[in-house]
Amino acid sequence: MSVETLFALTACALVGIGLYGLIAQPHPLRKLVAFNIMGSGVFVLFGALAKRGAAAGLAADPVPQALLITAIVVAFAATAVTVALLLRLIESTDSASLAEPPAKD
Amino acid sequence: MWAIDLWMSTDGGALLAAAVLLPFVGMLLGLLLGGRWLQRVAFVLMPLGLALALAITAAWANTEGPLVYLLGGWSPPLGIALRADGAAVAMLLAVAGVVCGIGLFARADFGLGPDAPESRGAFAYWLLLLAVWGALNLVFVSGDLFTLYVALELLTFAGVPLVCLAGSGETLRAALRYMLFALCGSVLYLLGAVLLYGGYGTLDMPLLAGVVQPEPIAFAALALMTAGLLAKTALFPLHIWLPPAHGGAPAAASAVLSALVIKGSWFLVLRLWLDVMPGVASAQAAQLLAGLGAAAIVVGSVVALRQQRLKLLVAYSTVAQIGYLFLLFPMAFDAAGDMVLRDLAASAGVLQAIAHATAKAGMFMAAGLVYAALGHDRIDDLAGAARALPVAVAAFLVGGLALMGVVPSGAYLAKKLLLASADASGQWWWTWVLQGGAAFTAGYVVLVALRVFARPATPLTELRPVSRLSQWAALGLAVASLLLSLAAVVGPLPAELLAKAFSLEELGTMLVLFGAGALLAAALARRPLLGKPSSAVRPGLGGLGTAFEAGDRLVRQWPSAMLALLLVAGTCGWLLARA
Repeated sequence: MSVETLFALTACALVGIGLYGLIAQPHPLRKLVAFNIMGSGVFVLFGALAKRGAAAGLAADPVPQALLITAIVVAFAATAVTVALLLRLIESTDSASLAEPPAKD
Repeated sequence: MWAIDLWMSTDGGALLAAAVLLPFVGMLLGLLLGGRWLQRVAFVLMPLGLALALAITAAWANTEGPLVYLLGGWSPPLGIALRADGAAVAMLLAVAGVVCGIGLFARADFGLGPDAPESRGAFAYWLLLLAVWGALNLVFVSGDLFTLYVALELLTFAGVPLVCLAGSGETLRAALRYMLFALCGSVLYLLGAVLLYGGYGTLDMPLLAGVVQPEPIAFAALALMTAGLLAKTALFPLHIWLPPAHGGAPAAASAVLSALVIKGSWFLVLRLWLDVMPGVASAQAAQLLAGLGAAAIVVGSVVALRQQRLKLLVAYSTVAQIGYLFLLFPMAFDAAGDMVLRDLAASAGVLQAIAHATAKAGMFMAAGLVYAALGHDRIDDLAGAARALPVAVAAFLVGGLALMGVVPSGAYLAKKLLLASADASGQWWWTWVLQGGAAFTAGYVVLVALRVFARPATPLTELRPVSRLSQWAALGLAVASLLLSLAAVVGPLPAELLAKAFSLEELGTMLVLFGAGALLAAALARRPLLGKPSSAVRPGLGGLGTAFEAGDRLVRQWPSAMLALLLVAGTCGWLLARA
């Protein structure tokens, strides 16, 4: 098995774990961690593609590195904003539940 | 559309960069100067931005093909290009107009008088309004799928805090749900973009359009990106976050969210399906998108008719109208499944999006004004509101009529284009959905009209004063939507489209739609349409309405929404691969 295939399979596993966490974990912080795991899977996949040198036919394609750095910064910013929101939510309701209160009739 | 030489900046191309930079420069300047200077900067930028959008329109009209600007003079695939075709120019102009209207409205709520203390909410509002504007401009003009990813994330980061400006627990929860679900959408979009890069080695849209083939990697990428974008657009059944977010935010923020923010991801679906991967997209998968749209219209409208609060009614009306925006996709294909009616479908879609942006901004503002004046927005207790707040109520009703497609509104022309396209391609079933959607819209216009014109049991007293500027800003946007088709035929669309607009036949259709809408409202509303509100349980279709509400609550649970997201991606990919 080549290194790229190993990386691609790792990426699949990470995306799968992340998706499972996003669906099944009720706590918002766990969902956020799951989002980060899934995002890491996408980043690993991008790295594997760079090694394959899809674009230029070089030994390794440098463009994905540049895009990856940007994507990591975006994911970091998203995580920071979400944690800030979560902290405010806990501060004002004493609970981290995402469930809507039952409808009033 | 990209046949002209794309690897040179065109005259006026630099205007595109300016349109993206202007709002962000304003944000930084406002942050630097601080406090009440920010709103002054915002008010200087709004007319400037509108003038810039007009200049771009003029430059586009004088150029053959799209406007292009190569950042730093580097041409793709290494460099990044900004491009604007007709659809992008129309959206730029519309967004600039709507931002100006919303800015005028928001002056009363978030503008600081000379003596007022500075507040964090006001500061955040102007900052976020500019951020939404800049991010949207970037979505419209960027020519590269990765730049678009960054632009979409900027749009989400600007939109989410708008939801929780009030800072209450309920709005914070709505914002967090929005954020997390939008993040799921963006990671799916990024996965699709990565797959495309892996398959074709470029993310530049025209380059990609030239090399992409109908093969598994393209099917997977298109399905993943589409599902991710639908989650951000909140197309049924992925509208988990929309009603609490749009219904709970302050009116000036709801208007931004409902009129503008969701249009960014919708526009990108349009781009992907019609421009970047027309050879990969299939008529069958387009039926799926429009099918979800039809479901959104039915569920959104029925639940809207069941709402007790005006703002939530408008929020659910957005759920229904988002569905309307996706009806264009099958109309791009002819009976044989080839994409030959692309231009017709794209024009109708952009027109509908602009009509919805203007009308819905006006309606949210009007709902906010009613709330501010009466201290509540319970639909059953709105009797006498028409007399007390004539301009705001007029804004709401005119916006509703414009959405319903009364001549000469933008929605009327969009519906006419789609009907013609459905006719030409033999897809008669969408004719029913298009007309049915208009009848549902008529339903909630009739419902609210009957409530606000009713005679109050006790005369309304203790009205809080509301800003006249805000009222007229709301009415102005609603009227703009009502007159949009006139602007469209002065602009790029042929004038024959409006030739029969005032004929007896069209008048008859309108009357039938109103009648059907009134029947729907009478059957589904919580209280009898006419007469005194009574708490007696009504026989008939009330049970059906309750069932729709229960179904809506069910699909808005987190696990079911996530599973629906995966199901949409899977089904879309399967349908693409089957063609």
